[in-house]
Amino acid sequence: MTEKRIRIMVAKPGLDGHDRGARILARAFRDAGYEVIYTGVHQTPEQIAAAAIQEDVDLVGLSCLSGAHGYLFPRVVELLREKGAEDITVIGGGIIPDQDFQKLYDAGIKAIFTPGASLESILEWVGANVKPRD
Amino acid sequence: MEESEQLKKIKAGDVRTASRLIRNLEDEIPEAKNALKRIFLHTGKAHVVGITGSPGAGKSTLVDALITSYRKKGDTVGVLAVDPTSPFTGGAILGDRIRMQKHAEDSGVFVRSLATRGALGGLSKAVGDAVHVLDVMGKNLILIETVGAGQQEVDIINHSHTVIVVLVPGMGDDIQAIKAGMMEIADIFVINKADRDGANKLYNELVAMLNMAHEFPGGWRPPIIKIGNCFDAVSFAQSVDKLAATVADHYRCLEETGLLGDRMKRKAMVELGESLRDAILSPILKEMTQSGEMDLFVEKLLKKEADPYTIAEEAARRYLK
Ligand SMILES: Nc1nc2c(ncn2[C@@H]2O[C@H](COP(=O)(O)OP(=O)(O)O)[C@@H](O)[C@H]2O)c(=O)[nH]1
Ligand SMILES: [Mg+2]
Repeated sequence: MTEKRIRIMVAKPGLDGHDRGARILARAFRDAGYEVIYTGVHQTPEQIAAAAIQEDVDLVGLSCLSGAHGYLFPRVVELLREKGAEDITVIGGGIIPDQDFQKLYDAGIKAIFTPGASLESILEWVGANVKPRD
Repeated sequence: MEESEQLKKIKAGDVRTASRLIRNLEDEIPEAKNALKRIFLHTGKAHVVGITGSPGAGKSTLVDALITSYRKKGDTVGVLAVDPTSPFTGGAILGDRIRMQKHAEDSGVFVRSLATRGALGGLSKAVGDAVHVLDVMGKNLILIETVGAGQQEVDIINHSHTVIVVLVPGMGDDIQAIKAGMMEIADIFVINKADRDGANKLYNELVAMLNMAHEFPGGWRPPIIKIGNCFDAVSFAQSVDKLAATVADHYRCLEETGLLGDRMKRKAMVELGESLRDAILSPILKEMTQSGEMDLFVEKLLKKEADPYTIAEEAARRYLK
């Protein structure tokens, strides 16, 4: 029977090795019925983009606590575009100051969640914005 | 996309096209099946290797190291890593890639995670379909990682030419605990984390078990390969190279003894069986479920007003004309 499932990749770019948040998010997605690919810590944007395409995910959730989101997040979007995968939605989370939001939105990050964001609010956003592919 | 165009792209190794097709096949989108019909005729070149064993046995770590070993020799590699779907939510966390990410950017490597999705027999079919796509992409070796547990895994393994069963000392992986079916399908045994206590005991038990076998088809007595701590990089890589060489030896043995034909036949039979089930049984089950007939029959069975055999025979008469 045809059933278009939504696949999500949770990835941690950059140097910080704290993946508790990423793991909690991965579990929350699983519990909401999504198929989640978790790629572990210390990923380069290149690795993340390549994996997202091999896994054919609908959404990439990036988590970064090191402060390097300003480079890392837009770079993932850019690489996906270069590979013709601009339809993959990219969202980001982590310690991100308010003044960085607009720049990230401009770079193509569709939503940003800071440590105060509840899991419910993230799931709600994904439910409303990530639809099964055509 | 035009179908010949799609095939051309996949043959040229286009990752996006291949991964989308795998997904469409997994999601059972009808057009994808049409594509598969075309693709099938171009398959059969890759050496397909199944790797099975308990959760935490170190399979993904081993697959990662095997990729490195194969890439050194210039082989290209496709990986299908299967993890269970949660029966409660239908979701899944697929974490095998964590161990293999260093190959993410290597265009000679394609790694795809698959969730079991709990469908009866459906997983094995999805794996078989994905194997075809990787095969047509030109991957020389296709590694299937799956958790060794039930019939479903044995079915998946039937898609491979060579089966590696990974065991770990002191993890309850003693001979009594290992499913008989798993032992029978092993072409190669790996004793992983062999630096641990109990490795020799496990080795001796395996040898004793193999000694009891009357004969080995094609004269292939499943070798037992000990692989030590993965954090001892040099010796680990050496053992993995040896494993890769043994996998190649097994394929050569299959070719030389004519057993390869038997394996292909087993693979073909499994595929045909799955496709028949998919084409004949699934639509009937779907219709009977949607019409509410199924519930009605179940109720009758519970009240002992009917028996399942007659119901099935009547359904067969109705649907299969
Ligand atoms: N001590 C030791 N740990 C290992 C070895 N191989 C894998 N591991 C660890 O065992 C855990 C599970 O490994 P993984 O490859 O994911 O196992 P899988 O579930 O069979 O795929 C990880 O934490 C690995 O780092 C090994 O040779 N020695
Ligand atoms: Mg694994």
